[in-house]
Amino acid sequence: MPEPAFFVVMVAKIVVVFGLMVLSVAYVTWLERKVIGDIQVRLGPMRVGPHGLLQPFADVIKLMFKEDIVPQAADRAIYFLAPTLALITAFISFAVIPFGDRVRLFGRTIDLVITDVNIGLLYVFGVASLGIYGIVLGGWASNNKYALLGGLRSAAQMISYELSLGLSVVGVVMLSRSLSLVDIVNAQSRAWFIVLQPIGFLIFLICAIAETNRAPFDLPEAETELVAGFHVEYSSMKFAMYFMAEYANMITVSAMATTLFLGGWRGPLLPPVFWFVLKLFLFIFLFIWIRATLPRFRYDQLMRFGWKVLLPVALANTMVTAAFVALR
Amino acid sequence: MEWLVFAPLAAMALATALLVVILRNPIYCALSLVGTFFALSGLYLLLQAQFIAVVQVIVYAGAIMVLFLFVIMLLDVGHEPPPWLRRDAPRLALGIGLVALLLLELAVAIGSKVSHGVRGSYTSELVNAVGNTQLIGRLLFTDFVIPFEITSVILLIAIVGVMVLARR
Repeated sequence: MPEPAFFVVMVAKIVVVFGLMVLSVAYVTWLERKVIGDIQVRLGPMRVGPHGLLQPFADVIKLMFKEDIVPQAADRAIYFLAPTLALITAFISFAVIPFGDRVRLFGRTIDLVITDVNIGLLYVFGVASLGIYGIVLGGWASNNKYALLGGLRSAAQMISYELSLGLSVVGVVMLSRSLSLVDIVNAQSRAWFIVLQPIGFLIFLICAIAETNRAPFDLPEAETELVAGFHVEYSSMKFAMYFMAEYANMITVSAMATTLFLGGWRGPLLPPVFWFVLKLFLFIFLFIWIRATLPRFRYDQLMRFGWKVLLPVALANTMVTAAFVALR
Repeated sequence: MEWLVFAPLAAMALATALLVVILRNPIYCALSLVGTFFALSGLYLLLQAQFIAVVQVIVYAGAIMVLFLFVIMLLDVGHEPPPWLRRDAPRLALGIGLVALLLLELAVAIGSKVSHGVRGSYTSELVNAVGNTQLIGRLLFTDFVIPFEITSVILLIAIVGVMVLARR
């Protein structure tokens, strides 16, 4: 039985990480509107607060007071369950990601990770694979053709790209000889894995964009053909929950890319947590930049690219890395 | 302490497994099955088998059940059960009889002093010392390499078979 202080530290870590994550989700939406505005030579939100800094709060208040519409033919239980599922799975994967080195606080050594489990990497993949349910079930429960098609598309897309995503990090696992994310960060003390695994990194990045349903892979919500996709019937806070889940997933995936390929919190001079946040937001900026730049894939192109390009390349990368590790 | 985790998980596994059979809407049945897989994964964790626990979630809950849902949604299976699934008296009696027989068998097996658990060489101390995933990997490529390869060949045959059938 662990001592009570263990639980206090644990709860404190969970509260702080969760709180910061919700705040980041709010401000990533602001960042996205600002950056895209800038790229399209507009100003973006300017009215609420200086440079629109209070815009996320205005959005939350607006969404909360919107009318909550439930379609008459909807499957009520699942219609309510689906956005919750999407939100929960988006948030809980952060539990195993290390965001800083060990620190001494009030005479105790505290690891800056909520929990370091020996299968941390697989845990993240497990939770990510469950994220599909929120989207598929939401699309089905709405009892709307467009929503159903959007949900099914997203399921097919996520399952296809999950394979390459999993294979792209096998190289990292082989080099660090561990599935624990803390060990993986420690294994990068000499060289970041982006140097040793450039192809793995590229595949990871492409699949990560597809997994989070962001442009140019945002087919589940292609507005020109599917209205809004799986969440077309959702309104008010339930819609907001899907939205929050998307941005939370973006943050988690960026944190994973940072941890697996950019050395996690490692960096010179500045404090580790700062490095972690800096690298994380670098990826988020990249996500937004890509969305503002690239047009959407067509569905058959997407599937062909996933199965006939990404998967073979990821397999080849795994084999080459395995040979390298075995011969060393 | 262990009971505090085991009892709810076991109860959940049983309850969701029952719901898979009892519920009428196929989507609800599939979701209950996902619940069962989750409870099982929790039980694996309790047995110090973290790797199996997570793989259970990734493979069954995350991939296979999503495909099940996919098919159910696309086929739009109605809420009316098919004629061969009707619940009439003789079938109910048959089902209850079979369950009673199985329970009796289980009670005899547990009650008898013949079947003791044998303590194998892979204790939780050893597993934690070497590492869960590492140990499974080593076993798969040494002691169980032939069954492992045979399984992969069988899966490959299935994939080729699916391609052939789909091309017809």
